[in-house]
Amino acid sequence: MRKIYLGVLALYLGILSSHAQTAAPVKDTSNYETRKLKVDEVNFVSAYYHQNGNNSAVTGGIGTENLTDFANTLDVQLSKLTGNGHKNTFTFELGIDHYTSASSDKIDPYSVSSASRQDTRVYPSINWTNSNEKTGNAYGFSLSYSHEFDYQSKGFGFNLTRVFNNKNTQFDFKAQAFLDTWKVILPVELRPPGYGSGSNRDDRTPVPNAPRNSFSTSLSLSQVISTRLQAAFIVEPSYQKGLLATKYQRDYFTDGSERVENLPGGRYKLPVAVRLNYFLDDHFVIRTFYRYYMDNWGIRAHTAEIEVPIKFSSFASVSPFYRYNTQQGTRYFTPYGLHNPTDVFYTSDYDLSTLHSNFVGANLRLSPPNGIFGWQHLNTLELRYGHYMRSTGLNSDILTLALKFK
Amino acid sequence: MKKIPLLILSFAIITCSMSACSSVKAYQKNRINDSEMELSARKSQKFEQSFQLYREGGSGANGGKSGGGCGCN
Repeated sequence: MRKIYLGVLALYLGILSSHAQTAAPVKDTSNYETRKLKVDEVNFVSAYYHQNGNNSAVTGGIGTENLTDFANTLDVQLSKLTGNGHKNTFTFELGIDHYTSASSDKIDPYSVSSASRQDTRVYPSINWTNSNEKTGNAYGFSLSYSHEFDYQSKGFGFNLTRVFNNKNTQFDFKAQAFLDTWKVILPVELRPPGYGSGSNRDDRTPVPNAPRNSFSTSLSLSQVISTRLQAAFIVEPSYQKGLLATKYQRDYFTDGSERVENLPGGRYKLPVAVRLNYFLDDHFVIRTFYRYYMDNWGIRAHTAEIEVPIKFSSFASVSPFYRYNTQQGTRYFTPYGLHNPTDVFYTSDYDLSTLHSNFVGANLRLSPPNGIFGWQHLNTLELRYGHYMRSTGLNSDILTLALKFK
Repeated sequence: MKKIPLLILSFAIITCSMSACSSVKAYQKNRINDSEMELSARKSQKFEQSFQLYREGGSGANGGKSGGGCGCN
């Protein structure tokens, strides 16, 4: 674990030091532009998340949901101009999350500490985009990989941008496919004879893997409406197929029996969203977001968000935000002990239940012309805190630091 | 259920009609180009959207994931 963090730190410092040693670009008033590969920006985002609740799906809808997650990503954007007015942009990203989960520890409550108590997720990705500097039109491809103790994912993507109407209208299309596999880990008391625990530390008995494939497309239309107002309309249909139930989550029935969660092997999702941003005056901007979501498991959700950046100057702002979400739960959800023994599909996962949630917080943004703390390369600093309250009793806090180097 | 396609269609018509009549010139876009006016989620919202993806049934169309790529829904 320490090696991974040290590796990331070394990579991060290496990029910064190599960037720092780059000679300052010579200002040129002619039309000549360098065609060498150059670093456009480096972004580092780090977040600490903590939640607590009492409806863990691992224990059938009761029990602790205590969880902490320390998540980090580092991305490097490099670009190179070609001779015909096009630009090739390469984005490399490496993400590392480390979490501890009290509920996952209950997969095997008799062990001192099961392998699932904590996990590290490592996820590198790369994107290449070719854009026309004059028109703004672009297209690109991306590859991604993700590794967790019990879950592996390979991702492929294509993105397309078309700009028209004097750059007042932009159409974006994105298609993504994730081909995932995960270990079918079962609760200790529901494992058939000879079935392994899934842990490679104390038990080498193999457990079967199951596929989960996800396909999504995103269509977005952005429009400048006036000198102060712009909007975007986004539709993102997706389809998931494979093992969509989490097999180490328990369900309890009215006849006293216990089974592992069972959900359909296919799921269609259709979120439709609108963003509307308004520049009120030199000190206030209003950012709004609304989404309607539906899927074939019966979930219907409305999400609304408002954020009002208060600008103290061109380089500093504080943005209080509020988000409200309300959802009608899946038809397969029932609380602890209330499932009908004749049900084919069942879950006691409160994330899929009928609920509403409130999320409040603020975002601090600093982007002084001379750099943060006078360091020219540290272009932007954002510090964001949010408190989440769910009607089921789950509460969480998240603190995020985002740094942009140029 | 029937309302959703109607909603999408009406928004598409409104947006297309707006694009036909509006013509904000590049030199008039100093407010539109303000960093706080970006029509996308902030970098600092990245992990916020991840936990919301886990803790709620709805996902997608907000710049975050809509499923897949991790052991989430």
